[in-house]
Amino acid sequence: MEDDAPVIYGLEFQARALTAQTAETDAIRFLVGTQSLKFDNQIHIIDFDDENNMINKSVLLHDAGEIWHISGSPAEKAVLTTCYSKTSESRVLTCAAVWRMPPEWESGSHESPDDSSNNPQTLELLCHLDNTTHGSVACVLWEPMGDGKRVISLAENHVLLWDLQESSTKATISSSATLEGKGQLKFTAGKWSPHHNSTQLATANDTAIRGWDLRSMSQIYCIESAHGQLVRDLDFNPNKQYYLASCGDDCKVKFWDVRHINEPVKCLEEHSHWVWSVRYNHSHDQLLLTGSSDSRVILSNMVSISSEPFGHLVDDDELSDNEESQQEDKGKEPLQDSIIATYEEHEDSVYAVEWSAADPWLFASLSYDGRLVINRVPRALKYRILL
Amino acid sequence: MSSATTPPDSDPTGRRRVHSMLKLYYGLNEEGTAAEQAESLDPCDINGPHFDPEVYLNKLRKECSLGELMDHESCMVKQIRSLDSDMQTLVYENYNKFISATDTIRKMKNDFKKMEDEMDCLSANMAAITEFSARISGTLQDQHAQITKLSGVHTLLRKLQFLFELPARLNKCLELQAYAQAVSAHRRARCVLQQYSHMPSFRGIQDDCHVIMEQLAQQLRQKFRDGGSSAKDLSECVELLLQLDEPAEELCDKFLSHAQSRLEADLQGLEVELKDSAVTDTDILEFIDRGCNEFVSSLCLVIASYQELFINRPQEGELASKNIPEMANGKLHVFVDTLAARYFSLVEQRIQEEKGVGDNSLLVRALDRFHRRLQAITKLLPGSAVPSHGTEIVVRAARERIKQYLSALQTFYHDSLTDVRQALAAPRLAVGGANATPSLPELLTSLSNFILNQLKSVLASVHLFTAKDITFSNKPYFKGEFCSQGVREGLVVSFIKFICQSSRQYCESAGDRGGSTPPALLLLLSRLCLDYETSTISYILTLTDEQFLVQHHTPVTPVTALCAEAREAAQKLLNHYVKVQGLIISQMLRKSVETRDWVNTIEPRNVRAVMKRVVEDTTSIDVQVGLLYEEGVRKAHSSDSSKRTFSVYSSSRQQIRYAPSYTPSAPMDTNLLSNIHKLFSERIDIFSPVEFNKVSVLTGIIKISLKTFLECVRLRTFGRYGLQQIQVDCHYLQMYLWRFVSDENLVHFLLDEIVGSAAHRCLDPSPMEQSVIEVICERG
Repeated sequence: MEDDAPVIYGLEFQARALTAQTAETDAIRFLVGTQSLKFDNQIHIIDFDDENNMINKSVLLHDAGEIWHISGSPAEKAVLTTCYSKTSESRVLTCAAVWRMPPEWESGSHESPDDSSNNPQTLELLCHLDNTTHGSVACVLWEPMGDGKRVISLAENHVLLWDLQESSTKATISSSATLEGKGQLKFTAGKWSPHHNSTQLATANDTAIRGWDLRSMSQIYCIESAHGQLVRDLDFNPNKQYYLASCGDDCKVKFWDVRHINEPVKCLEEHSHWVWSVRYNHSHDQLLLTGSSDSRVILSNMVSISSEPFGHLVDDDELSDNEESQQEDKGKEPLQDSIIATYEEHEDSVYAVEWSAADPWLFASLSYDGRLVINRVPRALKYRILL
Repeated sequence: MSSATTPPDSDPTGRRRVHSMLKLYYGLNEEGTAAEQAESLDPCDINGPHFDPEVYLNKLRKECSLGELMDHESCMVKQIRSLDSDMQTLVYENYNKFISATDTIRKMKNDFKKMEDEMDCLSANMAAITEFSARISGTLQDQHAQITKLSGVHTLLRKLQFLFELPARLNKCLELQAYAQAVSAHRRARCVLQQYSHMPSFRGIQDDCHVIMEQLAQQLRQKFRDGGSSAKDLSECVELLLQLDEPAEELCDKFLSHAQSRLEADLQGLEVELKDSAVTDTDILEFIDRGCNEFVSSLCLVIASYQELFINRPQEGELASKNIPEMANGKLHVFVDTLAARYFSLVEQRIQEEKGVGDNSLLVRALDRFHRRLQAITKLLPGSAVPSHGTEIVVRAARERIKQYLSALQTFYHDSLTDVRQALAAPRLAVGGANATPSLPELLTSLSNFILNQLKSVLASVHLFTAKDITFSNKPYFKGEFCSQGVREGLVVSFIKFICQSSRQYCESAGDRGGSTPPALLLLLSRLCLDYETSTISYILTLTDEQFLVQHHTPVTPVTALCAEAREAAQKLLNHYVKVQGLIISQMLRKSVETRDWVNTIEPRNVRAVMKRVVEDTTSIDVQVGLLYEEGVRKAHSSDSSKRTFSVYSSSRQQIRYAPSYTPSAPMDTNLLSNIHKLFSERIDIFSPVEFNKVSVLTGIIKISLKTFLECVRLRTFGRYGLQQIQVDCHYLQMYLWRFVSDENLVHFLLDEIVGSAAHRCLDPSPMEQSVIEVICERG
């Protein structure tokens, strides 16, 4: 069976920020933030119609500045955070804010898509995550599977935990931690662990990966020189609480068991330039997506270190019911760790890749020239994982 | 009868003779035979049997003339006369002979008559003699019988006397230690005594004898046990004891235990030496010598004398039935095996101590001697397992040796690499004395020569194992497996594999820690591996195969596989070299971009120092790589490569839709030129494998550096002068870097991208004049 061709969408501005709309579980929807110093920046809401293989888009105006990072609230569809840079008095500062999409965007786009792009609506500002004392914000992280009341921002060498109050219109710092050390330390990426009741955070600065306990705001582990060069991104395995993937400028993707931090569990070296983004599939953690400045997106199948190392476990009852399927299962060989596909639709560096929140077999990647590509996991593999 | 008729007659006969001869010659002899017959039957032939005088006469009369007849007649008369005289002479002679014969016969008749008389007289005499003799023998008959009887009694008495005297005699023998006599005497008497033992007197004697013999046996055993006696004495002892019905098994045991104690002393001596060897520093040859001379030779002696005593003795009488040799042989084998096992364990311990790989000949000679001496045991004891065990020890030692050589080679390799590393580090320490330190190619040749020489010397050492004069070299192991599996696979192939593997390790271990290995070493090793791939491996293997006459019974690693491995290692090392060097330069570029405030920078007046540093470093890398690798091919340059102008993208907006699948969107800000360029240029793999030449290596390094520059620029925001500074820097790089790469368009493209990205990230994009840029660059 032929796999569906990738769907490509072009933005008119350069872009780095991409996220799935986390709270939306029905529609396949991605948010892209643009980067332009001269024009008003936008947030493109991209709806993918799976059945017709079509893209519907809406544009919201983000006039605060160029967007470096974007993240959707896990509880409320309309709420999102951005990190944007603001130039004032010859100084460039990256700030963070919580926004709400105007309620009409959806209906408006349906009636006349062309009009909406010409007269984009503006995001409604809920509150600033005030960072004047802490410096530029690298990213904002929502509490995974939380109620949309807590966010963490990483600003220079500070970890700030915010409480959003009064329907997110007011943000107060509930606790914070500071990374002390030689030289200018600066966080480059972070990830809030969905395990341990959401009490752990992992951050990256330079070549090190650090784990934090949010209750005491103290460091719990540190993988010094996790990568040969800068660590660009991290992701937690959604099903295995101690497993963590990281990527960086040494072109490698490494898998860590944070209980044994001396050696990575596994190491992939498939990209030919810096790897900027790594994402586990939310449901099938053997599927791993990486985006790199070699303009490639690679989908890997890491069966051996996934939560289903021997494939999908079938219940005994099911087996006795269905003799035939048992026969079939025996005929199949267990899947090996391998690259499933390399996607070469991009022509510039890919800075962000993201799985859809609604459909676990679908993902988007964004390159600097503003090209968004939506791809699917090959069907053959999908059925092998499911059956 | 005319005279004229004869010539024609003689003529045809002559002609016929010739004719017949010809016929005879040609095999047509029917007529010839007919002529012969006619001749013989011719009645005219005067000498023929069918001569008829009438016919002859008639013929003559018819044929001959008168003169001829006259002649014929006179001739005939002459012949008749001579025949007559001949006849007369013969008759006379016969007559004389007849007369003399008659005389002789008459004489003989007289003689015989005389003889007859004498014979009669003789026979009468003989009859008289016979009569007399019969009479004499008749009278002597009785006396003769008596004498016979008497002599019988005499012998009996003699025997009895012997018996009665036996105890005393035995005692005397005992005193004189004439054991052999005693035993033989006893043996003679034994049966008799046994037979008449029911008679009290004989019984007494028998008992006495028993006691004495018991004593004797005791003494013999004592003597046997003492052991101080010579081998000859000992064998005599054993023989006597055997004759005394001593159980052979016990004797064997005693003999062996006695021998064992002596041999064990030897072994203990060896053991002590083994312990002291560390202190006294005796070499293995001395040790083996001592073992051979003391233990093995006395073992051989023991075996020989034992066989003499128990196995090869002529079997006699009742002893034969006991099957002694078989039993004795079994015991001997057990005995030899246990002792040899101990000896072997000692030897093996000693061999294991032999770890230094300096002089292999000593070990080989020691092993040879060890093996050679064991051959003596083979000859003595054909069925023994000892020699084969010995061979196994030799084989094990050889295997062990090969392993040691391999590890020695490996350490040597590591050591030489350390030396190279130090040599590489030295120029940096002493900047002034740079000419004293060897250059990279020199280091490479010396390194590869060192390794090759070491390998050759090891091969020569190992070759000693298969030398012709070494006894064990013709064992099947040393002919086959040792050469192919041991030397070729275990030593040479393993070593080459080790080189490749350790080279690869350099890539991996250094990857994380960033430059723990000096890049020059990576380059050197890469060239080394490449050299191995092209020539050295096949040379080494051919050398080995020739030296050891390897016959490939078992599958061996083919040269091509090794070459592939070496090539892979070389490739990996070179890739890593590119990565490391690229990283060093990228790091400089990144720091320079990240640490600067690009918004509030002053108007550019100079090329930044870091760019000069980048060019300098690239040049020195170019020199370094050029020392070891060839130039490589590059695309043709445009005539004024350094003078290219950058198209700094203005903010002119162009509406483009470059793919039909695109959703209609607003006017694009991305630049047409850049995008078209991207569409048609090949995708650039930044960390991609490089080829084995200078240009490719340099291209790789520059690619990595510029890509880093690009990515860093994209993360920053620029002010007006920031952009201009980038323009200046890029132009400077352009001026110097194009000459290093295979395709200058690559550099152009990347630098375009950098300047383009900087322009995009610029708050106030007003580019600098190209002429100003050129002035600044040429000045700096």
